[in-house]
Amino acid sequence: MVKKIAEGSHAVAEVVRLLNPDVLAMYPITPSTHIPERLSDFESDGELDGTIIRVDSEFSAMSALVGASATGVRTYTATSSQGLALMHEVLFVASAMRLPIVITVVNRALSAPLNIFNDWQDSISERDSGWIQMYGEDSQEVADLMVQAYRIAEDKRVLLPVMVCMDGFFLSHTYDVIDVPEDLKGFVPPYKPEHAYLDPKRPQTQGAWAMQEPYFELRKELEEAVGAALPVIKEVHDEFAKVFGRSYGGGAIDVYGEGDTVVVSMGSVCTNLKVLADRLGFQVVRVRCYRPFPAEDVKKALEGKKAVAVFEKDVAYGTGHGALYNDVRACTTGKAVNFIVGLGGLDVPINALEKMCGEIDAMNDGETRWQR
Amino acid sequence: MSSEVISSGHSACAGCGEIIGERMVLEALGKDVIVCQATGCMEITTTPYPRTAFKVPWLHVTFENAASAASGIVEADRKLGRNTTVVAIGGDGGMMDIGVRALSGVMERGHDLMLVVTDNEAYMNTGIQRSSGTPKYAATTTTPAGSVVPGKREWKKSISRIAIAHGIPYVATASIGFPEDLVAKVKKAQGIKGPKLLHIYTPCPVGWGYDSSKTVYYAKKIVETGLWPLYEIENGKLTISQRPTFAPLEEYFTGQKRYKHIKPEHIKEVSERVKAGWKELEKQEKAGVDLMLLP
Repeated sequence: MVKKIAEGSHAVAEVVRLLNPDVLAMYPITPSTHIPERLSDFESDGELDGTIIRVDSEFSAMSALVGASATGVRTYTATSSQGLALMHEVLFVASAMRLPIVITVVNRALSAPLNIFNDWQDSISERDSGWIQMYGEDSQEVADLMVQAYRIAEDKRVLLPVMVCMDGFFLSHTYDVIDVPEDLKGFVPPYKPEHAYLDPKRPQTQGAWAMQEPYFELRKELEEAVGAALPVIKEVHDEFAKVFGRSYGGGAIDVYGEGDTVVVSMGSVCTNLKVLADRLGFQVVRVRCYRPFPAEDVKKALEGKKAVAVFEKDVAYGTGHGALYNDVRACTTGKAVNFIVGLGGLDVPINALEKMCGEIDAMNDGETRWQR
Repeated sequence: MSSEVISSGHSACAGCGEIIGERMVLEALGKDVIVCQATGCMEITTTPYPRTAFKVPWLHVTFENAASAASGIVEADRKLGRNTTVVAIGGDGGMMDIGVRALSGVMERGHDLMLVVTDNEAYMNTGIQRSSGTPKYAATTTTPAGSVVPGKREWKKSISRIAIAHGIPYVATASIGFPEDLVAKVKKAQGIKGPKLLHIYTPCPVGWGYDSSKTVYYAKKIVETGLWPLYEIENGKLTISQRPTFAPLEEYFTGQKRYKHIKPEHIKEVSERVKAGWKELEKQEKAGVDLMLLP
């Protein structure tokens, strides 16, 4: 382990280099761009084994990775916002074809109006794509999630694509002390697919079309596969903790503090919420693995609590709430309230969070407040 | 129809020119190949899960990304230490319209790929809608010939001209009516490193409304009229593969329902354009202009 002061994006790039993907696709979009830039530096200095394809669009980025992964190699790309939205069509293909592609989503607001700053609407909007979604609280965790993501994705019990989400600018463009492993070959062995590869010596047809019955069955199998990934996610988290000495709760959720009131959120805003939890005496449940949604863990954490407040940077339009709230709502019959915060990168200072936490008791069950 | 590459039992229509073209290309390439197919008739008729007509490795992802998915395949293939021929193949819709960005991207990046456009001049899989490959005056379900509008109003787009503008080492046109020429071009392209594009004319009896026994007739006739020039551009140098006899266009238009409404003044307009186009083509061949260098 080497402790370094590194920008969040550069820490991700460093770990990706060590994970040694064979094919990397790159297309610039703020705020994810520092990752491909740093990987390009590695390539120019002869420190990257993989082949970089500098594609014509994010659509082609995901398409090239599907082609490469279907051929049987490890793949990587990073993107944000409109870039992820442009990949949308191919994301559903990647998961259903059970290709263990790993991407970093540097979270950014979606147009319109155009806005380059952080919220979660981009990845939240892909929550039903059949991908595993993990959210990191700080750059160290994002770097560690990248390592865990390949282990999870390529595990024979999983074989699904994973998006590792990090808050744009707040994490991608800030510096932190980060432990970067020196070698990851032991923890993440080379990818050797048995289920999907294109080889003239053993011809496979991949990407066939299906009539109603097989289609229905395959889609059901995909849902079962995403759900079945949860124990593997926890197992990989625990093994990572043993090897590298860093643990993040139980892997699916990270429970912090004690109290009758529970605040649920994801990503970097949780650091301030944890500070307030100590000060005000509530509990924080940070959702680390958003898909598959760890409903049983959340239910257990919320059992017997007075109230739950969900803080999130996204909107499930037409429901009156954020997407995370709707998931958490289904886990409790008790009082649940929702705060929509930080859309389009609107600052969420700790004093604003403190004020919101002070409002929870007076709010009605099901109420949503928008922090401005 | 059965072969080493595509087995019998697929559900392509009787007289389908596209599957003839796909089979000719793949048989010429041999078995050390990976095929990346765009959505379309060739995908639907060959791979109804859990069955497949393909005896070679084959991938379908979406409509508009056969070229970019193939770029991932070829780079992965090289990382695995192999030198497999990777071919991206799609129709005029998949390659010239919705997939043109992906196609342009792989040509500009210089991947070692075979790019094949099987052109039947409309979106046939969805029911004969207009594409940028549909010729002027052809009736489709979205450019019907009515009392005011005589079918499609615009000229056909030249994908081979777009391809050579990328400075790639090999671009060729072909027709399934001239199989020896087509196969020779495929084999030549296979021996060239980098992106190479083949634009193949593949008649469609259902979409064009002609008797299914006439596919080869139309595939030959269009070349004879000069409407579909056969040429190759190797390292920027244009060579005409076959001179047309300039057979009357009526011999080509007659018998196709899509041209049922065509009037003599339309035929005259097309004919003049064909002649002017050939003049330019021959000028370019004679001058020996390096089309790769042309800025």
